[in-house]
Amino acid sequence: MDYELTREQQMIRDEVRRFAEAEIAPVALELDEKEEFSVELTKKMGEIGLFGAMVSEEYGGQAMDYVSYIIAVEELARVDGSQAATVAAGNSLGIAPIYYFGNEEQKKTYLPKLCTGEYLWGFGLTEPQAGSDAGGTQTIAEPDGDEWVINGSKIFITNAACEMTLGVTVQAVTGKRGDGRPEYTCFLVETGTKGFTAKAMHRKMMWRASNTGELFFDNVRVHKDQILGKQGDGFKQMLETLDGGRLSIGAMGLGGAQGAYELALKYAKKRKQFGQPISKFQAVAFKLADCAMEIECARNLMYKACWLRDSGKPYEKMAAMAKLYCSEVMSRVVDHAVQIHGGYGLMKEYGVERFYRDQKLLEIGEGTSEVQRIVISRYIGC
Amino acid sequence: MDIIVLIKQVPDTGAAVSIAADGASIAAEGLKWVVNPYDEYAVEEALRINEAAGGGTVTVVSAGEARAAQAVRAALAMGADRGVLVNDPALSGADSLGVAKALAKAVSGMDFGLILAGSRAVDDEAGLVGPMVAQLLDIPHVSMATTVSLEGDSVLVEAATDGGTAVVRAPLPALVTAEKGLNEPRFASMMGIMKAKKKPLEEKDLSALGLSAEDVAAKSAVAAMSPPPARPPGKMISGDTPEQLAENLAAALADEAKVI
Ligand SMILES: Cc1cc2nc3c(=O)[nH]c(=O)nc-3n(C[C@H](O)[C@H](O)[C@H](O)COP(=O)(O)OP(=O)(O)OC[C@H]3O[C@@H](n4cnc5c(N)ncnc54)[C@H](O)[C@@H]3O)c2cc1C
Repeated sequence: MDYELTREQQMIRDEVRRFAEAEIAPVALELDEKEEFSVELTKKMGEIGLFGAMVSEEYGGQAMDYVSYIIAVEELARVDGSQAATVAAGNSLGIAPIYYFGNEEQKKTYLPKLCTGEYLWGFGLTEPQAGSDAGGTQTIAEPDGDEWVINGSKIFITNAACEMTLGVTVQAVTGKRGDGRPEYTCFLVETGTKGFTAKAMHRKMMWRASNTGELFFDNVRVHKDQILGKQGDGFKQMLETLDGGRLSIGAMGLGGAQGAYELALKYAKKRKQFGQPISKFQAVAFKLADCAMEIECARNLMYKACWLRDSGKPYEKMAAMAKLYCSEVMSRVVDHAVQIHGGYGLMKEYGVERFYRDQKLLEIGEGTSEVQRIVISRYIGC
Repeated sequence: MDIIVLIKQVPDTGAAVSIAADGASIAAEGLKWVVNPYDEYAVEEALRINEAAGGGTVTVVSAGEARAAQAVRAALAMGADRGVLVNDPALSGADSLGVAKALAKAVSGMDFGLILAGSRAVDDEAGLVGPMVAQLLDIPHVSMATTVSLEGDSVLVEAATDGGTAVVRAPLPALVTAEKGLNEPRFASMMGIMKAKKKPLEEKDLSALGLSAEDVAAKSAVAAMSPPPARPPGKMISGDTPEQLAENLAAALADEAKVI
């Protein structure tokens, strides 16, 4: 057994940390306050190769292993959840389905543009009436000659409604299967297609500098070549995409927990009350000890899930566990971190309240904590 | 152009250094090591020169302990083509001249039009190795460049001087040392890091260069190191009005600090 990261994985951690501290940290608070998605910062993240992590070189990707990708997301989240979200969703939800399920033509058309970080792509699954119950999709697509006509709407779609959005993958019902259940198919719909509108959603509590969109499809016509993979593969594609996506959401929990913990530890050593640093009070020290331990456990679980995936072994159960555990660890850590900061923890300048807010989505997005428990309980045979 | 960049691994500038038990060196354990920031300017400049020209090679050369390979790899990840590390235990006791001898030997067999180095290393701030290497190779050298432009067979350098700028032209091959402000070094890209794995990194000891431990042995030795005195606590100036505050501040600067 070897717990050592490879030299490249270690270099990726160092370099992304350096980047996040130099380029993201100085603007994170302001972007959060203004609820502003930054094109400039996203392009910079593209320049250092944060998009197309798992994509091979021939399509302009970075050809990284999954552990490396997850480390990169973790390091971004250690500094800012919003930028980590742009990258995690960009890779796991935007790029991955096209890379894994797209045909050669689709990959050649879209991947090079997405892997540079010049453009983003959304993954539209959630609908107003279909959240955890993704099978409840109401968006429909009907064939008409060589074309399909899409009608319906999607909600909460990351990276789908900003000036960098090149298009979205949309899951729609395309008929009934033999067993009477609905057939799902994913379509690649480019920004600017007639009848397709994307509206940025505002007034979010968290990930305020990440772009979230509401999508409307009003008789949107796309050529049948825009079907992702094969007709009827939509549900399988979605499940596989979410398995990978869970790892990146988990990585955000892990990195966010690390960032909040570091802030709390530093503050506790500096802040004096009753004539000594508050880190000397057992009540504070024990909280920090718990944080350190839980983060360590979370990291081991997360890297194990990634290692399974890199080794081509079944990793789905472990991905659900890692997503659930990392996001709940972050929940406990940010709670301690704000508590340790006292009143200052509630003020924006101290940074820790942003972690407190950003954490909440991790227990909701890409399958709520309840859904993760359902998934895990099925795997263990309940 | 074939460009050689000399780099040194130094403790992270953000790291808190402490003095080792021998009282004459810094404690190496637990330190984070990075490429000397001035050397990063040199690497960046070399990459930019070749990118603008659409060709050429960048070879990174370092001398030090085994861990310095990490610094060479960091430069390869930024985009340099190959690395050479002179790795010999004798070098840990070497002074600037010893290191310069090792580096000069290491590069003397290579083809190059230009050698770039940092103007100084942030650990001992001596600023000697670059000029010494140039001397040993018998090529011209310009220190503290803030711009570097290649013009035919020569290099035109703007160099920082006290209160001004010197514009110096030197025939190639030449050695130029990089000053802060020369450029803004890039971050290594993810792909750059993955590709660095496959780039050649050659390690040599002193004997492979035809040098012995005595050749690089320090001509001087550090007798002792002491930490800088702790900074005295700040003093708050009191006063009810801005005028009073200014008056009290001026008085404190003149009478107590005696700086005006
Ligand atoms: C900022 C943000 C970004 C997002 N990005 C994307 C994106 O890029 N693409 C995309 O497709 N979606 C995205 N989502 C949507 C997200 O995945 C959904 O919000 C999530 O799946 C939950 O669905 P819901 O909000 O409809 O909640 P609901 O499904 O209505 O759940 C409400 C509550 O009921 C519980 N619940 C539901 N069913 C069960 C059950 N069977 N047993 C026990 N409890 C249950 C849930 O756990 C939850 O607590 C994003 C959401 C947000 C907020």
